[in-house]
Amino acid sequence: MGTGTGIGRVRGLGSAKHGSQHWWRSRVTAAGNLLLVTWFVISIFRLPHLDYEGVVKWISSPLVAVPLVLLTASVFTHLRLGLQVLMEDYVHEEAGKVFWTLLLNLYAIGGAALAIFSILKIAFAGVPA
Amino acid sequence: MARNHARPLSPHLTIWKWGPAMAVSILHRATGTALAVAGGIGFIWWLVAAAMGPEAYATFLKVATSWFGYLVAVGLTWSFFNHMFSGLRHFVLDVGAGYELRTNRLWSIVCMVGAVVVTIAIWGTIFAKMGAN
Repeated sequence: MGTGTGIGRVRGLGSAKHGSQHWWRSRVTAAGNLLLVTWFVISIFRLPHLDYEGVVKWISSPLVAVPLVLLTASVFTHLRLGLQVLMEDYVHEEAGKVFWTLLLNLYAIGGAALAIFSILKIAFAGVPA
Repeated sequence: MARNHARPLSPHLTIWKWGPAMAVSILHRATGTALAVAGGIGFIWWLVAAAMGPEAYATFLKVATSWFGYLVAVGLTWSFFNHMFSGLRHFVLDVGAGYELRTNRLWSIVCMVGAVVVTIAIWGTIFAKMGAN
């Protein structure tokens, strides 16, 4: 426990030992999601066809591939932070916390990697003839 | 860490009186979880299928356009708008506004009703288009 300033006394406290960082990052990614997912929902709604050719052609544009990669990063960071709060609130045993933390990180990092790699593969490989 | 049974537990769902503010709060968690799991897996599957080729994508489309696929899609649409509206509510609460009882109650109700209205509008349009074709 620090003896000086207010910030010195609260540093390292909280369930994650990172003070307000978790809270702030969840707000930043929420703002990112608001922008990017709104764009995504409107775009999907406006696409004439959701068939293979139509979707691959759409994703292969840089103006779609880049926002999609950013969306994946923002959404998967946000869901990782959010589900961590659920776990902290509802899982009370230490072993359970370790298990769910590992599973959550596997899902968030693995899922985001799969999605981003797929977007880039479509974007770089171009539209099949 | 083992719980100290001499200390009280914080009030739990079963002993709260239901009201709009707590409903929108627990729905924020529930819809967030639904979006994170079902929405996340659907999003990954959609992209991986598109990256793998026409056959994998055809399998995805077959499931996505089945009755179960539509059920999940409608559920995710509602979850998205409910989570988005209550997320916007959180932004307002974060700056210290909207805590007066009546205001808080009003915007809690607006979030939940708004999500249902937007979901019906979107899927009404989609099903009307499908019926016309």
